[in-house]
Amino acid sequence: MDDAGAPTARRRRVVHGVLLALLLLLPPAAMALGEPFYVSLATRILIMALAAASLNLILGFGGMVSFGHAAFVGIGGYVVGIAFVHAGDGSAFLGLLPGTTNGLVLLPLAMLVAGLIALPIGAVCLRTTGISFIMITLAFAQMLFYLLVSLRRYNGQDGIAVWQRSSLPWPIDLNDRVSFYYLALAVLVAFLALTHRLVGSRFGRVLRAAKDNERRARALGFHTYRYKLVAFVLAGAVAGLAGALFANATGFVGPSYLRWDRSGDLIVMVVIGGIGTLAGPALGATLLMLLEEFMPEALDGLVPGLGEHWKIFLGPILILIVLYARRGLAGLIDGVPGGALWRHLRPEPEPGKPPRRWRKRR
Amino acid sequence: MTALLHAAGLTKRFGGLVANDAVDLDVGEGEIHAVIGPNGAGKTTLLAQLSGELSPDAGSIHFGGREITAWPVAARARLGLARSFQITTILPSFTVRDNVALAVQGRERHSFKFWRNAARDPALNAPAAKALDRVGLAAHADRPAAALAHGQKRRLELAMALAMRPKLLLLDEPMAGMGGEESAEMVTLLAGLRSQAPILLVEHDMDAVFALADRITVLLHGRVIASGPPAAIRADTRVREAYLGDDAANGGA
Ligand SMILES: Nc1ncnc2c1ncn2[C@@H]1O[C@H](COP(=O)(O)OP(=O)(O)OP(=O)(O)O)[C@@H](O)[C@H]1O
Ligand SMILES: [Mg+2]
Repeated sequence: MDDAGAPTARRRRVVHGVLLALLLLLPPAAMALGEPFYVSLATRILIMALAAASLNLILGFGGMVSFGHAAFVGIGGYVVGIAFVHAGDGSAFLGLLPGTTNGLVLLPLAMLVAGLIALPIGAVCLRTTGISFIMITLAFAQMLFYLLVSLRRYNGQDGIAVWQRSSLPWPIDLNDRVSFYYLALAVLVAFLALTHRLVGSRFGRVLRAAKDNERRARALGFHTYRYKLVAFVLAGAVAGLAGALFANATGFVGPSYLRWDRSGDLIVMVVIGGIGTLAGPALGATLLMLLEEFMPEALDGLVPGLGEHWKIFLGPILILIVLYARRGLAGLIDGVPGGALWRHLRPEPEPGKPPRRWRKRR
Repeated sequence: MTALLHAAGLTKRFGGLVANDAVDLDVGEGEIHAVIGPNGAGKTTLLAQLSGELSPDAGSIHFGGREITAWPVAARARLGLARSFQITTILPSFTVRDNVALAVQGRERHSFKFWRNAARDPALNAPAAKALDRVGLAAHADRPAAALAHGQKRRLELAMALAMRPKLLLLDEPMAGMGGEESAEMVTLLAGLRSQAPILLVEHDMDAVFALADRITVLLHGRVIASGPPAAIRADTRVREAYLGDDAANGGA
């Protein structure tokens, strides 16, 4: 939570309200247009937005650049997948836990398991900072990736086709795409509201202080490690929930969920959306997933075979956004035009000094 | 041992360099104890060990009757050791008020409170306002801390230390980079704090040191070469030779 002035705060509320209204209207509009596919695509986007928002909690507000966040998405997905496998053949996980497709069990369980795995990983990783932290989070994610690849019981590399969706009490029905959409939207909005409260709370303030100047936060008496660890575990749990929902949305979970480039995608979503902003990760997720969905086809239309290499074109787009949109896409909501390039051309005057234009003429 | 802070035999090596060599140091209640010495004498290294950022290679630290030699920074801060840094260490993206309010928050047993808005909490903001008033920054409460001028940032750091309700202030060159007038204001401010908490003051500004200190310890190459009341330090020939130079020794406060 940054210290936005009152006009900015009002503007944000209006824009957030409009965005929410559009999202609420999306399913009936898509159905009326005879394009139910868009509802499913939007559902997947909302779920990835949840995953990106959970990363933003630690990356944006706590300064923890986790390069392994997709691992927790994958774990959540595998909770659903593994429970489905065991439900299918009547066996039990480790000979103890029977399978299930009950969403009331699976969704909380996905959060719990992801959070429990995030705890020791965070406890180790948070002993380090900077590049070491990035590398060690990546290393843990890779370890989990290879572990899952090696599990033949769960089809290793090939992953699990989850052809039965988790059941949830009325009126939620994951087999109904509109119902699923509204669930994903509700979960995302709830988490963003929670993030908003959290970041403004005493806890959030300590977390932000640890990002801003950890040395100072410690000197004020805060064991920053503990606060960061709690945030890390919470973010992991929410990523697990996103994974469980994503496995339901796509009917598939595999090691690819945890692959390093998935973690990279999440970071990209947060960065282009706006690090440490409320709506940013959702905007970033939307942009990235829309590009992923439509760019290959569009490129193939131009030059056959080019679609495969769509990510080459993604790079320049990302660079442009970082250069021109200060605080990412969410910065556009605040009406702040320029990014790094803008600042370079029009640097803000240092306090106490006149702007550069004046100084030059003297 | 009745001193509030008692450090004995503190030794810190950086490779072959002995930055602190068996340093003994006491700070009593109501006292301003200044540590002086030329650049590289080991003053900041000493403060860092007292505040817990560096762990000594040898020696012990007692504070308020407890041995805290191995305690982490945050735990010592909670015990009442408040530090200001030689290089200004604030929260640049926070407002001035929120910087100090966070220091107030540090007094509470823990901050695992996830829901209530902290920025609008009078229980945090009222004491913060008082501390800001004390250092003369009340008018700047809403500005981002990064936007303050250098001298104001130094005072903000002091306000944060005060808001912690310290039992001992560890101040590393609070006048560093300040102009003459600003320094004089700071001296008045620090003199007024004596009743609130004793101060261990590291400072190069000799006018300030001799105006404030009840006791002075002189470090040279990591070793204590003299310790005593200002008059004795001024008269000490070794100190004169090693450090003070004639005009400072004669001029004084
Ligand atoms: N982390 C470190 N690693 C290696 N050497 C260090 C480290 N910190 C300090 N030193 C060295 O230890 C010696 C004492 O440094 P220190 O910063 O304590 O001096 P000081 O008395 O505070 O000096 P100044 O008046 O310039 O602030 C110096 O020679 C310095 O170069
Ligand atoms: Mg120093």
